[in-house]
Amino acid sequence: MNAEVRAIKTPAEQAIAESFARARGTLPGKGALAVLREDAFKRFDARGLPHRRVEEWKYTDLRALMRESYPLAAPPDAGAKARSKNAGNVITGVDCRRLTFVDGAFAPELSNLAPEAGLTIGSMADALAKDDALVATHVGKTIATDDAAVALNTALMGDGAIIRIAAATQLKRPIHLVFASVSQTPSSAFIRSLIVVEKGAKAVLIESHDGGASQVNTALELVVGDEARVDYFKITQSRALHVSSLLASVGARATFNTFAFTSDAQLVRNQNFFRFAGEGSTIGIRGVNLLRGKEHVDTTLLIEHASAHCISREQFKSVLDGESHNVFQGKIVVKPHAQKTDAKMMTRALLLSDDAEADNKPELEIFADDVVCGHGATAGALDPGLKFYLMSRGIYEKEAEALLIQAFIGETIEEIAHEGIRDALMFAALKWLGARA
Amino acid sequence: MSLLEVKNLHVEVEDKKILNGLTLTIEKGQVAAIMGPNGSGKSTLAYVLAGKDNYKVTEGDILLDGESILQMPPDERAAKGVFLAFQYPVEVPGVATMTFLRTALNAQRKTRGESEFSTPEFIKLVRDTAAHLGVSQEMLRRAVNVGFSGGEKKRNEILQMAILQPRLAVLDETDSGLDIDALKIVADGVNRLRSPERSMIVITHYQRLLEYIVPDVVHVLAKGKVVKTGGKELALELEAKGYAQYTDEAA
Repeated sequence: MNAEVRAIKTPAEQAIAESFARARGTLPGKGALAVLREDAFKRFDARGLPHRRVEEWKYTDLRALMRESYPLAAPPDAGAKARSKNAGNVITGVDCRRLTFVDGAFAPELSNLAPEAGLTIGSMADALAKDDALVATHVGKTIATDDAAVALNTALMGDGAIIRIAAATQLKRPIHLVFASVSQTPSSAFIRSLIVVEKGAKAVLIESHDGGASQVNTALELVVGDEARVDYFKITQSRALHVSSLLASVGARATFNTFAFTSDAQLVRNQNFFRFAGEGSTIGIRGVNLLRGKEHVDTTLLIEHASAHCISREQFKSVLDGESHNVFQGKIVVKPHAQKTDAKMMTRALLLSDDAEADNKPELEIFADDVVCGHGATAGALDPGLKFYLMSRGIYEKEAEALLIQAFIGETIEEIAHEGIRDALMFAALKWLGARA
Repeated sequence: MSLLEVKNLHVEVEDKKILNGLTLTIEKGQVAAIMGPNGSGKSTLAYVLAGKDNYKVTEGDILLDGESILQMPPDERAAKGVFLAFQYPVEVPGVATMTFLRTALNAQRKTRGESEFSTPEFIKLVRDTAAHLGVSQEMLRRAVNVGFSGGEKKRNEILQMAILQPRLAVLDETDSGLDIDALKIVADGVNRLRSPERSMIVITHYQRLLEYIVPDVVHVLAKGKVVKTGGKELALELEAKGYAQYTDEAA
């Protein structure tokens, strides 16, 4: 028996427990939702913040990294809203429907709420308070996980987006969820969103996080219906302690692409849970992380091939400078009946400095016998032969490096189908590279 | 003044001595062939001229226009007019050939204090040059050397040389891996670049290339130094007799 007796809580864990005790009466949602919160909190409280002895959190010891827990963010005032105006500007030149969230709270006056056929948009706090039907059907039910960060999010979930895209709807333009952390006092936000894309609907979704010295625990439940096509982008350029969970369930014959772009962040954990709930679907999970200084970015994937004839492709690239630390953990689980699964995972880290660290941990757990699965991982410096070739033509050292780095990440960014978003992310990457020179 | 003077050059690669007191002078406008057996140091000389960083010069000097270039990084040497056509041109995935050429040309011009080429001027220059070398527009759009055949890679090297207009071109076994037709195209491209202002070092094993690129002078390299210098007839003699006499002599 190795049940952990946890008599001693860290100051952060104590502060979280106090936050929950203070807020439990006023957090939105009664009845079953209140029970959901209490259960989730108990699950969190029993184990505390995840730490290095929890395998999934081995390289991101949240208990050690999170020295204190900040109080829940106050509802944003006019000043906070004004400071949020430039958030999400990484996506330029793309006509998006912007929905803005200030310190976790929905800001309707900074959002485009113009009606569109087949699209329903709301605030999660309102939906929880009203016990909306969509909440009752989906919240806490998209993916079963006992992850502590997800449990904590469920216990303390405040606001976020709740979006329904009705069957066969083709959205006119991408929806951009803009999350701005602008509080001038250290605070924490527990953001919970739900997006349901019904059968045959088509949507491009962007989630971006900007801002300052706060703590953000954000979770998105994303339900991709049968025959739907969803392209989802998560862009993290926030200096907050940022823990994010994507919980995605994908129906039959659907196409779902995700792309995570992280740069100029501080401490990011992007954990992604995917479940193939129907046959014949394809998921593409891609991302680019650009790190420098003492930045820490952790991408953790759990892909559950629970249905037959599904394809998943995972491709992640990271570029590390300074003393930064990138973590990639990708686990593909193929259930016994998920025959004809085709899963390929590749992760590559480019180390620009001797002091940077990249940890790559791909895992396959295969219980079916008629599958094609593979994974690869590399970590290395820029190829000196390539660099010499470019420099021998007169290209400056920094420029030669920039070209090679651009080529390295370009291969992944080029996979983005949406031209405007592809260009915006390539531009953001070039801006990061430009700051190196 | 000679364009290039290599003086008593000693070079080590990973603690192994490769060049052993090599002395060589190249005059302005001269085409010099360097021949020699495997392991004589021909490619090392090429790399050390271009400034590859794991080549350690333990003694001697390399002067370009009377100025030592030993401390200069490769990009600075390129801006001064040194160009190496690689024996094995590397593939650079993700970097389009056009981008590569423009970045290189403009970087050199910037280093020399010259104005950068405008995009239309540059495109015209590349198109005209590429046409002579049988380099297609499709190749120019592709990533540098990625998926190119051996012959295409060598033509791409000569294209770069024609665009960058070096003063000292070092051709490292440009004939290796080429069939006779490809060899003629490459040699033709090189000959078009011969000028009183441009010197060339043509490194080769075989006399065949020298039928198409006729040298002014032939140097024989063995065991890391020049052991014989002569006219173009020296190449024919080597073809007939082989290198054995020189490897023994140098021993």
